[in-house]
Amino acid sequence: MANAGRSGAVSLLLNNRLAAAGVALLALIVAVALLAPVLPLADPNATAPADRLMRPFSPDHLLGTDALGRDILARLVWGTRVSLMVGISATAIAAMVGSAIGLVAGFVGGRIDGLLMRGIDMVMAFPYILLALAIVAVLGPGLLNALYAIAVVNVPFFARNVRGMALGLSRREFVDAARLSGQSGPEVLFAEVLPNVMPVIVVTMSTTVGWMILETAGLSFLGLGAQPPQADLGSMLGEGRKVLFNAPHVSVVPGLMIFVLVMSINLVGDGVRDVLDPRLKSGALARPSARTRVERADAPVATTPAAVLELKGLRTLFGLGGREVAAVRDVDLLIGEGECLGLVGESGSGKSVTAMSIMGLVPSPPGRIGGGAAFFRGRDLFALSDGEIRRMRGSAVAHVFQDPLSTLHPLFTIGDQLIEAIRAHRPLRRRTARQEAADLLALVRIPNPRLRLEAYPHELSGGMRQRVAIAMALANDADLVVADEPTTALDVTVQAEVLTLLNRLRQEKNAAVLFITHDFGVVSALCDRVAVMYAGEIVETGRTEAVLAAPAHPYTRRLVDCVPVLGEPERRLDAIEGRPPPPGALPKGCAFAPRCPSVAPVCREAPVAVRELAAGRTARCLFPLVGAGHV
Amino acid sequence: MIAYVAKRLLAAVPVLFGLTIIVFLIMAMIPGDPATAILGSYATPENVERLNRQLGLDRSLVEQYLVWITNLFHGDFGRSYALNRPVIDEVMERLSATLLLAGTALVLASVLGLLAGVVSAVRQYGWTDRIVTFLVLVGISMPAFWLGLLLILLFAVTWRLFPASGMVAIYGGGGPLDILRHLVLPAVTLAVVATGVIARLTRTAMLEVLRQDYIRTARAKGLRERRVIFRHAFVAALVAVVPVIGIQAGFVLGGAVYVETVFQWPGIGSMLVNAIATRDILLVQGGVLVVAAAYVLFNLAADVVQTLLDPRLR
Repeated sequence: MANAGRSGAVSLLLNNRLAAAGVALLALIVAVALLAPVLPLADPNATAPADRLMRPFSPDHLLGTDALGRDILARLVWGTRVSLMVGISATAIAAMVGSAIGLVAGFVGGRIDGLLMRGIDMVMAFPYILLALAIVAVLGPGLLNALYAIAVVNVPFFARNVRGMALGLSRREFVDAARLSGQSGPEVLFAEVLPNVMPVIVVTMSTTVGWMILETAGLSFLGLGAQPPQADLGSMLGEGRKVLFNAPHVSVVPGLMIFVLVMSINLVGDGVRDVLDPRLKSGALARPSARTRVERADAPVATTPAAVLELKGLRTLFGLGGREVAAVRDVDLLIGEGECLGLVGESGSGKSVTAMSIMGLVPSPPGRIGGGAAFFRGRDLFALSDGEIRRMRGSAVAHVFQDPLSTLHPLFTIGDQLIEAIRAHRPLRRRTARQEAADLLALVRIPNPRLRLEAYPHELSGGMRQRVAIAMALANDADLVVADEPTTALDVTVQAEVLTLLNRLRQEKNAAVLFITHDFGVVSALCDRVAVMYAGEIVETGRTEAVLAAPAHPYTRRLVDCVPVLGEPERRLDAIEGRPPPPGALPKGCAFAPRCPSVAPVCREAPVAVRELAAGRTARCLFPLVGAGHV
Repeated sequence: MIAYVAKRLLAAVPVLFGLTIIVFLIMAMIPGDPATAILGSYATPENVERLNRQLGLDRSLVEQYLVWITNLFHGDFGRSYALNRPVIDEVMERLSATLLLAGTALVLASVLGLLAGVVSAVRQYGWTDRIVTFLVLVGISMPAFWLGLLLILLFAVTWRLFPASGMVAIYGGGGPLDILRHLVLPAVTLAVVATGVIARLTRTAMLEVLRQDYIRTARAKGLRERRVIFRHAFVAALVAVVPVIGIQAGFVLGGAVYVETVFQWPGIGSMLVNAIATRDILLVQGGVLVVAAAYVLFNLAADVVQTLLDPRLR
């Protein structure tokens, strides 16, 4: 497993270790607080004026004494007990009241929901602590009143989270079923809805209990919570503050305790959240780097340096839960000057990964180039520096992606994005670049190009957006355009328009195109040659007419059979029974064997090699449907 | 855009009214008789009754509210009996000190939090990320009132770099430099928790944005990585972080209560604590209301900034 994968796992482990440390620390604090009555501690309230303000590590007083000569260690343990109790009680009250409001609002809905939530919004319109202060002002200072105040200001967090969940649940089938079976509203609420919102309540509790301990301590610190002789950590700190300058330990010690207590709770809360957030577990939030990592087992040399693009033995791997699987294996491809090559296959066949591997756009982690080479006019792209690759992206090799809504930046005008693409490679003045951008929009037949420069992507139709993306790819006269299903996300009529445009422009500009699609109909309209991919391998290549007329691989045959008239809705690939094998569980022999109508026992024994059927015609099949003579 | 801001301002009006209702109701729940509280327990029943009539307490709650809100509109927040001066004067005098402190802390927290979050996301799982993540955890667990005392012990007592207290009033006094010297420790103390929250959220938002298709497009265009991170990714992440900065304004304004007490900063927070101790209810009412209104405006500003950043919201 590669470096990034390992450090990701280490970090998750570290996170877990931190959570474990939090649990241990918290358990220790709670245990000591619970055992306070039986521990051999001094009387926390016994004053001894002669022993006042003793330093820590004094005989008989490990943590020293306070201004009245009371033992700080004993007071600390008892104060922690009070603070914990108050924090937990406040959490329980807030959870109960808040959840009740949330449950009713979400479950009953309608005007009651509106009314309750407006009220919650109003409470949340106050700065958190301020509202607590106002409540204490009314109820009067005191630990119990501080507890109520903190509970009240935390009610909205529970109400909101629980309401969201209850609202979703109240529309689910099992709740309807319970209602129809004659259970009353409250019965359904308690029997069906409550158990399902429990996790939300627990998570909210684990994230708020730390604050609540902190805030009640804060109120006590201000003199509005615990009143003497009663003491919690906050009031100890507040009293200690009076002797801050001559005996700092009297206030530093209880403050440190609050800090350690809250931090241990936060550690546990973070751990809980990490465990409950599946995105973190799968590493999906890992940040992809600027370029696919290259760690090749082999680096072949170019055999056709004149070609615009030559792939030799390309192998792209993905880290999946501690294991690495090859999404693309031993892919060889050749694209000549101004040629359009169609790369065809079902989703998951590895065609996009192949295309994104060329310029290092496969996210790393989890992906990496594990072997082979991609040559651009004979230069090994995988051996270039990051800077060299960056300078080629968008100038020598441009990309058009599938969904133009998600691939254009939502916050910048298309003018800004086009100008940026131009100026990334040519040191033009902004005004000149702007003129060029308008010309590009005119080139892709967007009406009122100057005006459209000011538009944001969301203000354009899907077809228009994809024209903008094409314009961007053409901005620097790229030699090769990689188009990854550029029409799949579009309406059928728009698809045909965009395809026609793309075809015209590539001929005008004499750009080579690698066109990725799952649609043989599109291939026949656009591509000079075609390569068919299945389960990460190329299974057939040839001139488009030849392959369409007489497919050699049984898989290609199936794909071609599914071709409808150009422009009809999709779902033709569903016509092949079964699914392609996942990259982690390939069969020993031919990957298509499980779905092949003409499979023989020998097909399952060993991987099948590519065979050349005729010049420029290959198939990865032991029993090609056409013999060498037929091509 | 101006129309949008006007619309948002208009939408804030019912929220402000809601605030007055809640504050009024909380104060109306005060147990006991305010007149007795003011006159003391030895007051004669006749005097109590007269004062009640004077204060309008013999009328219905709705009438009382209407009288009260009308007075608010005329800038009459009542009179502080402990200070024996109009509440509005005292509150307005202290509001500028609180806004200076909270504003500085919020700017400090935003700048540091955003920076730390971006660095942490870009160096995900690296040492920088781990250190930032740990510091964030320490920051959000830190009791501000304790941190303030520690900073006083270190910077004011041991090293004598900054004053521990002694900020008297914003106007007059020793000029901007003196204000700045007094501002450093409280502003840092107040900023710590908000910095942690903003850094944490920025990190998550950046990681989320960096996985988006448009970041791949930016890289496919051949942009420098610096530009991809600080223009394409950061601006998009900012859209998610700005509302949280608005919410943090509330925590900073609230946290000012502790920090002002610790550093004896002449703001609304320390005023409120004293007012509660002396049960100066009208002063509490006025202070809470004004700070809550300031919070509403902070959130409004955050909304407007978010809309400026994201054309889809317009």
